[in-house]
Amino acid sequence: MTKNNVIVVTSGKGGVGKTTTSANVGTGLAKLGKKVCLIDTDIGLRNLDVVMGLENRIVYNLVDVIEGNCRIKQALIKDKRHPGLYLMPSAQTRDKSAVKPGQMVKVIEHLKEQFDYIILDCPAGIEQGFQNAIAGATRALVVTTPEVSAIRDADRIIGLLEANGFEQMDLIINRLRPDMVKRGDMMSSQDVVDILAIPLIGVIPDDENVVVSTNQGEPLVGNATPAGMAYQNVVQRIEGKDVPFMNFEKSISFLAKVTGIFHRV
Amino acid sequence: MRFWFRKKSSCQIAKDRLKILLISDRVNCSQEMLELIKADITKVISKYMKIDTENMDIQISAKKGISSLCANIPIVDIHKQCQAAEGK
Repeated sequence: MTKNNVIVVTSGKGGVGKTTTSANVGTGLAKLGKKVCLIDTDIGLRNLDVVMGLENRIVYNLVDVIEGNCRIKQALIKDKRHPGLYLMPSAQTRDKSAVKPGQMVKVIEHLKEQFDYIILDCPAGIEQGFQNAIAGATRALVVTTPEVSAIRDADRIIGLLEANGFEQMDLIINRLRPDMVKRGDMMSSQDVVDILAIPLIGVIPDDENVVVSTNQGEPLVGNATPAGMAYQNVVQRIEGKDVPFMNFEKSISFLAKVTGIFHRV
Repeated sequence: MRFWFRKKSSCQIAKDRLKILLISDRVNCSQEMLELIKADITKVISKYMKIDTENMDIQISAKKGISSLCANIPIVDIHKQCQAAEGK
C-alpha cells in the first residue's frame, strides 16, 4: 500500500453527500480492480451500509472489533457484486465515546496490510467522531455543496485538517446545478475553489439518479448518468490519472434536447 | 427584473458574505477585538513617534495554517520625536 491511501471523506456540515461519495469512490476503486475497505465511522447513526445495500448482512461492527468481541475479519462484509470491496459497518446502538482515536489507528494499521485503499466515512461535526475518523487517515476528500453554510463548514474542516498535519486534501463539489450557475444564482466550482483554496478533484452535478441509486442500494459510479460519470472521473483522479473536468453545459443542453423531444410527444 | 434594477446576483452576494465571514472564522477574532488591538498599538507607538492614526490599517490574515497580524502604520514625524526622546 502506498503512503496516502487511507482516505477520510469529510465535510463538517451534514447532508452534503459524504456517505454517497464514500460509497461511490469505494465502489469505483473496486471496479478498477483495487482492494478497498470502506469504514463507516459514524457511530450511532450508521448509513453507509444502507447506501451500499449491505444492511442485511451485518453481524459484527467496528465497536465489536475495538472491544475485542470479534476479529477484524469477522466484521468485514464482502460486497459480492465487486470482488475486492469490503465494508466495516459502524455500531447503531452505541455512541461516539465508544471509540478513541488511538484505537482507530490500530484497526487501520491492521487493515492497511491487506487493502489498496481504506475509505473512512466521517460523521458530521468536529467533535470526537471527527477526531476518530481522521486519526488514522493521511489524505482527505473534503465534500461541499455550492452553498454558504456548507462552504463555511468546509473551510473550518480544512483548517482542522491542516492543524492535524494533513498534506493531501482534495475538494469535491457536490450537487452543482449548471443552470443556476449560468443565471448567477449559484456559485460556480471556480468560485468555491477560489474561496477554499485546495485542489479540486471532482464536481458532481445535482442528479436525481443519486436518489434512485440510494433507493436501490447500489452506487451509481461508472453508470451512464451525469453523477455516475462524474464519480468515475473522481476515482480516476484519485488513481493519479489526469482526467479533464466535465462540461456540464453541454450535457445539460443534450439532456434538455432529449426531455424536449419527450415533452413534444 | 434583475436586468432593469441591476441587482447583484445572489451568487455575488454569497461570495461577498463568505469572504468577510471566513476571515473572522479563520482567525477566531472579532472586529471589536481588532479595534482594541489597534487602540493599544497606537498608544505604545505614539510614545516614540507621531503616527497617522486615521490612516493606519490592522488586519489578521491566515494562509496555509499560519496566521499573521499585518499593521500598516503611516508615520507623520519620526525625527522630531526621536530627538525629543534623546534629549530626555
